[in-house]
Amino acid sequence: MKIVVCVKQVPDTWSEKKLDPATKTLDRASVDGVMNELDEYAVEEALKIAEATSGEVVVLSMGPEQSTETIRKALSMGADAGIHILDDGLAGSDAVATSLAIAKVIEGRGADLVIFGSESTDARMSVVPAMVAERLGLPQLTFANKVEAPGDGTVKAHRLTDYGYDVVEASTPAVISVVEKINEPRYPSFKGIMAAKKKPVETISLADAGIESASVGLGAAWSEVAEFADAPARAAGTIVTDEGDGGTKIADYLSEQKFI
Amino acid sequence: MGRGTPQLRNKGGRGRRTFVTNARGPPGFQPARPLTRRKVDTSVKFMKFTEEHEQFRKAVRQVVDNDINPYVDDWEEAGIFPAKQVFSKLAEIGALGLEYDPAYGGQGADHSFTLVLGEELGRIDCAGVPMAIAVQAGMATPSLANFGTHELKKQYLEPAMRGELVAAIGVSEPDAGSDVAGIRTKAVRDGDDWVITGRKMWITNGTQADWICLLVRTSDEGGYAGMSQIVVPTATPGFSVGRKIEKMGNRSSDTAELVFDEVRVPVSNTIGEVGRGFQQQMAQFQDERLIGAYMAVASMRKALDKTKDYLQQRNAFGKPLLANQYLQYELAELYAEVDVLEAFCRTCAEAYNNGQDVTRMATVAKLKAGRVQRQVADKCVQFHGGMGYAEEMWPARYFRDSRLTSIGGGADEVMLRVIALLEGMGRK
Ligand SMILES: Cc1cc2nc3c(=O)[nH]c(=O)nc-3n(C[C@H](O)[C@H](O)[C@H](O)COP(=O)(O)OP(=O)(O)OC[C@H]3O[C@@H](n4cnc5c(N)ncnc54)[C@H](O)[C@@H]3O)c2cc1C
Repeated sequence: MKIVVCVKQVPDTWSEKKLDPATKTLDRASVDGVMNELDEYAVEEALKIAEATSGEVVVLSMGPEQSTETIRKALSMGADAGIHILDDGLAGSDAVATSLAIAKVIEGRGADLVIFGSESTDARMSVVPAMVAERLGLPQLTFANKVEAPGDGTVKAHRLTDYGYDVVEASTPAVISVVEKINEPRYPSFKGIMAAKKKPVETISLADAGIESASVGLGAAWSEVAEFADAPARAAGTIVTDEGDGGTKIADYLSEQKFI
Repeated sequence: MGRGTPQLRNKGGRGRRTFVTNARGPPGFQPARPLTRRKVDTSVKFMKFTEEHEQFRKAVRQVVDNDINPYVDDWEEAGIFPAKQVFSKLAEIGALGLEYDPAYGGQGADHSFTLVLGEELGRIDCAGVPMAIAVQAGMATPSLANFGTHELKKQYLEPAMRGELVAAIGVSEPDAGSDVAGIRTKAVRDGDDWVITGRKMWITNGTQADWICLLVRTSDEGGYAGMSQIVVPTATPGFSVGRKIEKMGNRSSDTAELVFDEVRVPVSNTIGEVGRGFQQQMAQFQDERLIGAYMAVASMRKALDKTKDYLQQRNAFGKPLLANQYLQYELAELYAEVDVLEAFCRTCAEAYNNGQDVTRMATVAKLKAGRVQRQVADKCVQFHGGMGYAEEMWPARYFRDSRLTSIGGGADEVMLRVIALLEGMGRK
């Protein structure tokens, strides 16, 4: 079974992020890049399925030069090979353009399963997996917190809903997105890190993938950041001193705010 | 590891991840602005650091951030930490036995990765846990890895490197610490067995160790002669933990006095040559001093960073405390000390990697690490004011823990003695 896992390098979730006033996009230079946390679960799930079915895991990332770090991380966790979609023309791509580029590259190579994390911690759109599935004409099993892919041409998943989960099933090839807690992502190990050095990473440009540059990048984006401002500083809270009437004061406050 | 002595070295769940800001504080204490993770400073690149070193650094950092730091407060309170649980997490990423032979659970890495490991373990929010890890990875096991027989390594080293067995190093005694030649614990040969009698003191991992690399007298020659290193499983009859020692700092690490009352182990448990124990142990001490210095440097940088953040947030006299040039310069001075020490440690690591004798460098690194750490810890407490003195914030623990660096693994004065001897002063 050939599994493609799509991973994204994002700014460290816990760092202070800034927008670049000139481009109104994220200033990626001022923060550390890390593998999108949910993608770690996707990589782990792919590795588990591959280990059980003697399959192969190819990690795919679209992003600037530094994204190789994230590809390397997936390789050091155990993925077999990497694909990096790298082109200046991709900068500023929105979800629509991203899904186009990813679908195009996967289409050319084929996969039995395509696995994503269910969202990236920077954009938080959660739409790329569905868009890729649509473009490839494949069934989509999104927001999965359990996946069974025994390698017999079927895949079954527990799809999280507001009230519980649905059991969904499809034939492969299929697209899956996973939620956190589906597994415990392994850490890259020293031996894995050293082995990753020797694993192949293919770099693909827009031209290589046969993608027109007009259909991707900032220029092709369907959405535009018109304006932005710093989040307002948090105002000082109200402190209620209890002089025997603390309960009443709190109740008054809550009713004033129309909470009760 | 003393390059003067023959070496056989290098032949060869988390659940939901909790992120901690490291801002320990009293209930209700809120930093004015949440402490955010800063970009890892890679401006000063050690010449040997490659992308693989950075990846390994991140892997260790993940374990520290997810599997160690969130639990440190509990372990400090308990006076012990779950060694097997922590060691097996570290084993998963290959952080134990980095430089050992892969045939015995090692990773076959060179010393530059031990440097990275030490620097990252120094970021643990206490010194007890990293000390215990260092004992497992680089203080109790080097002799076994370098001089042990195939059988001994299979039985004791390999499972220790998987985190399944906890190791301890038994050298110090109630009446002999700085002067190792003063040890009295004795092993008397009886057929194919050693019969061991005596006491060991200050033994890290002492209450939870599965085996001890024990330095004992195996002849009556006295002085530095006639000592041997023996692997002693703690399940052997006659072994007991005399007591757990209450300490000023490093509380999360269990330190014990151990009693050996006619403990019988096979002679085949001897590490290396009978009678070469002292020399083997001296080499092992060198590894201990190196990793100790690497950890101390990293802990100091983190302590200074946290103090700088605190001073930025805390206002007095109408401005952040950090606006006082006096405080800026005091911190700058200490940053300078740490920079110099860090560079020295990295040079030392490189010399070690090249197979040079680093006795002197390791001694200097250990000495200076202890001295500078005492200054850093003192300033961290001072600049936090009352919060520096309160147990509910980190500086008090750092102050208590830091004090050990100048005592454990050879006191400052013993380091000075070594340097003086190497300079041709004094007599052995
Ligand atoms: C928390 C902790 C963990 C430890 N873990 C271990 C362990 O796992 N295994 C182990 O074997 N040991 C361990 N030790 C023991 C440690 O190595 C010794 O405490 C240390 O070597 C000092 O020995 P001592 O305590 O006997 O001090 P002493 O030898 O009694 O020395 C007391 C003081 O005298 C001074 N001094 C000593 N010699 C000289 C000299 N020649 N010239 C001038 N001044 C001198 C120094 O200031 C020294 O601090 C640990 C100790 C502690 C506190």
